[in-house]
Amino acid sequence: MVDARDLGTSPDEVQFRFRDDEPADHGTITVDACCDQTNATAVRIEPGDDARVLLPFLDRLALIEVNFPGFGDGRGYSSARILREAGYTGELRAVGDVLIDQLSHMRRCGFDSFAPDKRLDEDDAARAFATWEKVYQRAADVRRIIADIRHEA
Amino acid sequence: MYQYDQYDQAMVDARVEEFRDQARRRLEGKLTEDQFKPLRLMNGLYLQLHAYMLRVAIPYGTLNARQMEALADIADKYDRGYGHFTTRQNIQYNWIKLDDAADALADLAKVEMHAIQTSGNCIRNISSDHFAGAAHDEVADPRPYAELLRQWSSFHPEFTYLPRKFKIAVIAAEKDRAAMRLHDIGIRILKNDAGEIGAQFYAGGGMGRTPMIAPLIRDFVPLDQLITYAEACLRVYNRYGRRDNKYKARIKILVHELGAAEYTRQVEEEFAHMLSAGVEPPREELARIAAYFNDPAFVDGPKTIDRSDPDFALWVDRNTHRHKHDAYVSAVISLKPVGGIPGDATSDQMRLVAKLARDYSFDELRVMHTQNLLLPHVRIADLPALWAALDAAGLGSPNMDTIEDIIACPGLDYCSLANARSIPLAQRITERFAANGRTGELGELKLKISGCINACGHHHAGHIGILGVDKKGTENYQLSLGGSEAEDVSLAKITGPGFDEDGVIAAVETVTDVYLGARQDGERFLDTYRRIGMEPFKEALYG
Amino acid sequence: MKILTGNDLGSGAVTWWNGKGWSLFVDDAVDVGEDADEILARETAARRVNVPYAIEASIDAAGHVRPAHIKDRVRALGPTVRRDLAVPTAGKTGWDWVI
Ligand code: SF4
Repeated sequence: MVDARDLGTSPDEVQFRFRDDEPADHGTITVDACCDQTNATAVRIEPGDDARVLLPFLDRLALIEVNFPGFGDGRGYSSARILREAGYTGELRAVGDVLIDQLSHMRRCGFDSFAPDKRLDEDDAARAFATWEKVYQRAADVRRIIADIRHEA
Repeated sequence: MYQYDQYDQAMVDARVEEFRDQARRRLEGKLTEDQFKPLRLMNGLYLQLHAYMLRVAIPYGTLNARQMEALADIADKYDRGYGHFTTRQNIQYNWIKLDDAADALADLAKVEMHAIQTSGNCIRNISSDHFAGAAHDEVADPRPYAELLRQWSSFHPEFTYLPRKFKIAVIAAEKDRAAMRLHDIGIRILKNDAGEIGAQFYAGGGMGRTPMIAPLIRDFVPLDQLITYAEACLRVYNRYGRRDNKYKARIKILVHELGAAEYTRQVEEEFAHMLSAGVEPPREELARIAAYFNDPAFVDGPKTIDRSDPDFALWVDRNTHRHKHDAYVSAVISLKPVGGIPGDATSDQMRLVAKLARDYSFDELRVMHTQNLLLPHVRIADLPALWAALDAAGLGSPNMDTIEDIIACPGLDYCSLANARSIPLAQRITERFAANGRTGELGELKLKISGCINACGHHHAGHIGILGVDKKGTENYQLSLGGSEAEDVSLAKITGPGFDEDGVIAAVETVTDVYLGARQDGERFLDTYRRIGMEPFKEALYG
Repeated sequence: MKILTGNDLGSGAVTWWNGKGWSLFVDDAVDVGEDADEILARETAARRVNVPYAIEASIDAAGHVRPAHIKDRVRALGPTVRRDLAVPTAGKTGWDWVI
């Protein structure tokens, strides 16, 4: 069961983090509230929210949480990529029904921290993050894709 | 045809290991069935009525002899000696064990094959014209574009949890032999007035519960923006496709509810954004892929056959298709023997077909959406030998596009979603028409049967369509007329109240009688139906 | 009567709850009455069966357990178009039993 109070509202519950800066320690507010509050530095996106609404505020945001109430709802992947495409460099955290087998795709879409509802097996997660040594398509991770490698030099 | 390099191979191998790990976690209880199901589905593993079913992708329907032999070996090693070729140019095995599935996938990977994304709410196996690379009427071989799309769509990080499954077809001729406009995205490769090759995009077609014909959304996408445009189409769908109701989640509903113009506007906006973000693979990649699809070394030869054997002549007339080289034809290998199971082939038949591909077709084979196989490049001079070999193996039925060439989904004999059986109907109808000798007289008549509203048997697109429904726990069949999946695409209309099994077979015979009575010079069943309308058929059926 | 069926987790084979475990033969199925949910939960957790469910059934004139829905009768025997691959007990009921 998803309990809203457990959803990564403090950095302590973040299980995986791929950043060197200090974890942002801010309460998270909704997208609507964020647009009204000129000083908010952290926000939480629900699947139905339009991530582009946040683009004018990216400079002041240090943490954006993207909620996955159910792992089968893939809108959060687009939200993440849209934010990274727009140049957001702050922490992008996947929260909610985040499972082992979604980790590698989430990472590619620009998530750099993960606060799953249920703690994940560390070994399984390590394997999952390492699944794709090379990749076919461009995404937020700006890796050189296989087609680039084929045609370099 | 395309060959994997080390990178393609590594991707497929990685996927096998990933799945092996997932299956292990499922068997160890670390994954619930709810969590495991989407993962096994993305590796083509379904749970059907009797067992797990493995659906293997045959990208754009092309394979070589070695791959066909590997499919035969898998049928023997992990299944019960046969496989079923589907309307999506895939093959399905009906009796795979979960414990064996990763091993079967590993065997596939050895011959550059996989079951990746043959199910699940992701971009599925890309389908194409079965005559690609051989047809006399194509502007280009569509398969390099399909391969480019295959690589782009494989393990796409953003589009793996779409609202619903997503099917793409690519063709490159005026004639549509891939039901292109009944796909989520249909792409037609064409030349513009300036002589440049580009892609026309159709979006929001589909069969299923709410069949729709895809409207044109972009007349010409330059080839070096093909992936970018597809990405824009998918992103709009991923963000705004409905997720509140499984039956309204396909892109056709989004396009329909927004209107084609508004969907297109959103795609164009996203497209403009993505052009600046830069997602297209380097231009040379398409050229690299295309080089694999160069013509084999065709040689000149006789252009006509000896017609003294009428059986052979009939087979050539019905089952071969004009080739771009005039000493060659494409030859259809029918998987529709009278009374047989449409699309099923035994492992021995697969091995024979592989050998014939080596001997007569430059090692190339195709799977057709009509559930038949095809040798794309056969010298006219080799046709007698080819036919003799096929005939001896029960693969020489001269019935392409006739009423004996029925498409039938697995239906209630195998499929857990089915309402009624499809295969027994196909068996009885082919027997009926083989016995009454009308097959030839009826000419082109596409009969398509689905065991439920999912429409895997393409019944909406049948000249005659049959849909199995559940009537208080018994099998019942709805008859429909006037569909077409070709360039003259249309959706079939239901005749009226349904029938039981005997009733629907009699009804098929009745509608063919109406056609034969009403047809004018050279009209196909479909032409006559379009001219005279539903009424005369209704009258004869229910009158 | 109410009986339980599912597919074996590893092999995928159709199975029927016989009161102690899972049998390949529909005739072994027992009436579970009120206990259906409890057994289903327990057996799912034990990973012996995949997506099991309870169905209505009856005992037919010849004494065979007969699932109420045609889908489960097809599952009990095997594909009607491949009788060579039938579940071994299929001969007992005959194929007309399915329809
Ligand atoms: S149309 Fe229905 S019954 Fe037939 S294979 Fe598809 S889902 Fe199964």
